[in-house]
Amino acid sequence: MIAGLYRAGDSPLHRMGAGRKLLALLAAGTLVFAIPSPWPAAAVLALVLALYGVAGFGPRLVLRQLRPVAVVLAVLFTAQLWLATPGEAVLVVLRFAALILAAGLVTLTTRTADLVAVIERGLSPLSRLGLDVAKVSLAISLTIRFIPTIGQIAGEVREAQVARGRSPSPLTLVVPVIIRLLKMADEIAEAIDARS
Amino acid sequence: MSTRDIVLIALFAALMAALGAFPPLMIPAIAVPITAQSMGPMLAGGILGAKRGALSMLLFVALVAVGLPLLSGGRGGLAVFAGPTAGFIFGWIAAAAVTGALVERFWRGLNFVTAFLAATVGGIVVLYGIGIPWISLVGGVPLATAATGSAAFIPGDLIKAGLAAAAILMVKRAYPMIRPAHGRP
Repeated sequence: MIAGLYRAGDSPLHRMGAGRKLLALLAAGTLVFAIPSPWPAAAVLALVLALYGVAGFGPRLVLRQLRPVAVVLAVLFTAQLWLATPGEAVLVVLRFAALILAAGLVTLTTRTADLVAVIERGLSPLSRLGLDVAKVSLAISLTIRFIPTIGQIAGEVREAQVARGRSPSPLTLVVPVIIRLLKMADEIAEAIDARS
Repeated sequence: MSTRDIVLIALFAALMAALGAFPPLMIPAIAVPITAQSMGPMLAGGILGAKRGALSMLLFVALVAVGLPLLSGGRGGLAVFAGPTAGFIFGWIAAAAVTGALVERFWRGLNFVTAFLAATVGGIVVLYGIGIPWISLVGGVPLATAATGSAAFIPGDLIKAGLAAAAILMVKRAYPMIRPAHGRP
């Protein structure tokens, strides 16, 4: 089982229902994009940062959320500075920082299993239209189960190639792995059908 | 949809995660990391076909959203979708659908050129066609600015389309998954 990004804790945010957190995030996102000037956006950002404190998370976790987008935000900031006004440039960065941190906070305080349950609940009205929610759940759990397996298969294929004196390239690695997966699919499907 | 279809969709979503664990290739001339992951939609569409390919990408995107760190570099969670480049992640679903539809169309006489075309149109034209307007819209910059910023990734993506096309052909020869459409020449 792969570890999710969830950080265990016992704050009010951790205890809040996953569905409510998602709705709150959706509302926050809409609000943040409707804000026309930097000061209210800075206030929203301050509020989100305060919520990290409530959840018991320090500045390092805040920075970790922002690091992957730092370059893109810097480019956007420069573009805005050049095309529009400094106020616009600051607004764009504040908006994204607030929204990315808010979204990251939901991920950090909510277990993967709880979010999967929200998806399943959200999909259940679609069962009347012929969607089989049990099959969606099956697909989700199969994928989580298969991720380590694929890494293992890739390792085996690579070792076999090195043993035969070939240096593995992306192509000579990917094709044998995919063919093994396709063959596995038949066996797994038969096993699932036999059990149900 | 049969159990086998579900298993295939799940396997390709998992393959997408495995591609994300590949260390990115750095090409000094263009100073942009090339990740194996964006080959995933081309492979899923080109090998499983449009419908199963797109569903496997939808499943992968959902797993990233629920908090699994499956994107290259160990990124994941809802924060990814709040950023300005989220269109390039949602775009994977359409990229797999279009690559798959084109491979199905060319299935009988599929060769490297048609497979490469399918991977390029789906995995680059459609993907950037969603990703660039997305940056422009949420970032409030003109389309041209967003396009210039994204252009550096195109050479790497063309290499990936070539690799994906070769893989699609090899898998078709060894283990074909798409049934040829009837009534087509």
